[in-house]
Amino acid sequence: MSIQLYRIDDRLIHGQVVVGWGQPLGLRFIVLVDDDVAASDWEQELYRMGVPPSMEVHFHSVADVRDALEGYLSDVRPGMLLVGRVETMQQLVHQHPEITRVNVGGVHHAEGRAQRLRYVFLTPDEEDVLRELQQRGVEVTGQDVPSARPVALDELLSSRQSA
Amino acid sequence: MSDSPVIVAVVAGHGRFADGVLSAVDQITGRGGAFVAVSNTGLGPTDLEALIVSALDRTGARVVFTDLPAGSCTMAVRRAQRARSDIVLVTGANVAVLMEFLFSTEGPLGTPVGGLSDVGNLARVAAEKARGTLAVFGS
Repeated sequence: MSIQLYRIDDRLIHGQVVVGWGQPLGLRFIVLVDDDVAASDWEQELYRMGVPPSMEVHFHSVADVRDALEGYLSDVRPGMLLVGRVETMQQLVHQHPEITRVNVGGVHHAEGRAQRLRYVFLTPDEEDVLRELQQRGVEVTGQDVPSARPVALDELLSSRQSA
Repeated sequence: MSDSPVIVAVVAGHGRFADGVLSAVDQITGRGGAFVAVSNTGLGPTDLEALIVSALDRTGARVVFTDLPAGSCTMAVRRAQRARSDIVLVTGANVAVLMEFLFSTEGPLGTPVGGLSDVGNLARVAAEKARGTLAVFGS
């Protein structure tokens, strides 16, 4: 499988993704799935600016990645699938049972969210979504950078950190 | 140096990057206080953009230096530029470019020159000069 990492990160393309994971995994492409970004040339240009020339970025809505993902999975080069929202990853998992591991790399503070890790804040609904993924057999872990210890979902959800 | 120095720019980056480079600027020039440091640690894109814009509004500065072209601080400033065309972004910042910019905006002993009206051009010139400071020695 050429997709090395299925990541939830509300910052989408940024340093940890491009350099922190991109270098050790030797990423050659990123599949960014976000309905808002897919509908905006300006947003796409912004994120394209953030990646080196050696790395491709492909933008998709949840609806149109359904057919395109087959091609990315058969690509021999290492890649990353990146979404900004927990619910988006749930939709993709429902579409594609090939997704068996999900990395929660960054979901930050917002109204209604409780802090679980230094870089993970979740609403009760988002927690339920991650539990549902786990019940489907998906391994869900929190891990911001490759050198950090992957935190299993049960441990992540039982963590309570002060903001 | 006055008690309330003119803030010439905001420096934003990962972790303690901004504190670190400004500590170096201060040790070398005594003028680290001419910048404001912002860290992205623990912040999502919306909060980070708001923090940087708030620092600009509070200080009257228009220039933001960030550490990494792909970094979240850079993305946040690019987003802010959509609504604020007066903001100038310099990414790939290091100690050299901060000092070049600082001294291009000040006269002798820290007196402001030119009212910081042409900060975009000053930032471009500083970036060009600082680019030449990156060097490799040895085989």
